[in-house]
Amino acid sequence: MASANKNLDIKVEYVTRVEGHGNIVVNVKEGKIEKCEFHVVETPRLFEGMLRGRSIFEAQHITSRICGICSCGHTLASIQAAEDALGVIPTEQTIKLRKLLLDYEFLDSHLLHVYLLAAPDVLGVPSFIPLIGTHNAVVRRALRMKKAVNDVCDILVGRHIHPITAIVGGWTKLPSKKDLDAQVKILEDMAPDMAETLALAKVLKFPDFHRETEYVGLISDDAEYPLLSGDIGSTDGKRVSKKDYKKATNEFIDPRSSAKFAKWSRDSFFVGALARFNLNSDKLHPKAKAVAKELGLKPVCHNPYMNTVAQVIEIVHCYYHALEILKDLKKNGVDYSQQVTVGVNEKGAVPVRAGNGVGAVEVPRGILYHNYETAKDGAIKVANCIIPTNQNINNIEYDFAKLLPEIITLPKETITLRLEMLVRAYDPCISCSAHYLDVKYVD
Amino acid sequence: MENEKETVTAAPKAAAKPKVAFFDFASCEGCQLQITNLGEGLLDILGAIDVVEFREAISEKWDGDYDVVFIEGSIGDHHAEERLKKIRARAKVLIAYGACACTGGVNGMKNSFELDEIRASVYGKDYKFFDSTPTKAVHQVVKVDYSINGCPIYAPELVEVLKCALRGLPYTVPDNPVCSECKLNENVCMYERGLACLGPWTKAGCNSWCVNNGNICYGCRGEVKNPARNANDIIAKYDLKPELIKNKFDMYNKCKEGGK
Repeated sequence: MASANKNLDIKVEYVTRVEGHGNIVVNVKEGKIEKCEFHVVETPRLFEGMLRGRSIFEAQHITSRICGICSCGHTLASIQAAEDALGVIPTEQTIKLRKLLLDYEFLDSHLLHVYLLAAPDVLGVPSFIPLIGTHNAVVRRALRMKKAVNDVCDILVGRHIHPITAIVGGWTKLPSKKDLDAQVKILEDMAPDMAETLALAKVLKFPDFHRETEYVGLISDDAEYPLLSGDIGSTDGKRVSKKDYKKATNEFIDPRSSAKFAKWSRDSFFVGALARFNLNSDKLHPKAKAVAKELGLKPVCHNPYMNTVAQVIEIVHCYYHALEILKDLKKNGVDYSQQVTVGVNEKGAVPVRAGNGVGAVEVPRGILYHNYETAKDGAIKVANCIIPTNQNINNIEYDFAKLLPEIITLPKETITLRLEMLVRAYDPCISCSAHYLDVKYVD
Repeated sequence: MENEKETVTAAPKAAAKPKVAFFDFASCEGCQLQITNLGEGLLDILGAIDVVEFREAISEKWDGDYDVVFIEGSIGDHHAEERLKKIRARAKVLIAYGACACTGGVNGMKNSFELDEIRASVYGKDYKFFDSTPTKAVHQVVKVDYSINGCPIYAPELVEVLKCALRGLPYTVPDNPVCSECKLNENVCMYERGLACLGPWTKAGCNSWCVNNGNICYGCRGEVKNPARNANDIIAKYDLKPELIKNKFDMYNKCKEGGK
């Protein structure tokens, strides 16, 4: 327990190196923890309200703007929900290209987190900027890899931030043979940097902290590591179809945050790379499995700091999975007759109807849900988006409650850093939730 | 101003470099991320400036004045408005960065609804816990020196504006329509394909990014100064309903109705 008469007041306003704005507030009085919270204090952006009355064909364009870093993820969840509402069944080729896009999204987001946002903590500096002097090769590699993934996205989908060509019904532009070759080349040229990334991952050290919780992610009956589709499952043995996503999220509002909280079988649950690893590690690409072994990560791992390691494993998985899709497309050819015209539906190319559709897609930080109800003219009546970070906030607070007594005797600066690192391990994306972090100490 | 005490410790040295800061308000932060997508070229830019605040990427904080600040995001609550005014007071040059800052962006769609109604529609009866005001673009709150339009911003334009800002030169956002670039890119006109596109009324500067990729223009860079000149011709030629165009424009340009 806490040391007998310690007083502590931590307030970290705007936790840095996370996407968006969040605060950590800790208050310890005479050894007793009175408060240990993580607040999301972003300006509410009210996307779900703004979507009402807009065409279902605009949903992808608008919701991709929820978050710059997750815009491809939002795009894919939004399209899936819209197609579900309209009864559109995407072709196999369309799905293949969407899986490729999702692989790129994982690569981009995980690389950004591992290198620029998490690594400075383990290397003991406040940001990647001092690393330019001390670890110049690492910084250059990070930027080079980030650029490479950005470049393949440019080719596939127009740009990574707010993708252009992926819409309801398919793709407005399909990759030419030259485009496929270019993507393969960029990825293959990344191979030495991928190897260096693993070497870096091996030396990163994470705090030893464990708390049992429920891990939630997509699960499926086939052999593929489920990212684009599946049922919702958990390490507590739960399984529901995506239509019943509300049974798995049980959102509630807390006045401290502009985000909503979630729980399922227990007080809180975890979504993201570690949850997916804990649920589906047997379905990873063989190369990723080998890396998991090298890095010593085994399911079920209850150390939230290891989420970063699980991300490294997923980087490897997505890298090889993307290459396999590209090679398959090169071998079997792309059917260009499937190119679709943009779906702002003045011409009625896709019939509209009154409906209700759900998209449940694994994005880098966990399952992302989009749910739209459409009127018979195709206008959105009700929209609901449940963001992975919001699902995790509750779990972060339960981690805090267990962690703080374990480290309470350490100096205040160390405690603050550990709490910040814990928040950053979840790779929270508060832009998605709505944005802000604070850690407060009271002496 | 130049003699402000040095309180930052870990930022790069070289006192002569201009102090640049990034601040984000209501936005997706995608325009900040466009910077990290510059790849190793980013290091050249970082060599010329001293980044003193960039919450998304660094932990360092600075309490002096700024030579250049980038403001990303629109203003949508009382706290944000006050924070923006304080930043303006400490900044020699302020750049509105991205569609949300320049035109209100997609956040402006909030203004299509009665404020309490849309708040309650998302947060239920507890909506008053979360402060919210009608969306404003940055220039509707403080003076803006440069604008970098677009959702997201187009990286080559960012580099161009930054060069101008650091040298104290003016930068003029193109006032010709996206069509002027689209034609050079030899795209088939969306109107010829039977689709309504906002290119004829939207400021160029993006190299007709969306149309090059088979999509339409959504107007994210804001309207040209005299949109009516093109509007009447095209609306007549293609027999469009003006409401359709207006509705499309509301996606990025609703804040314009707030004045300025």
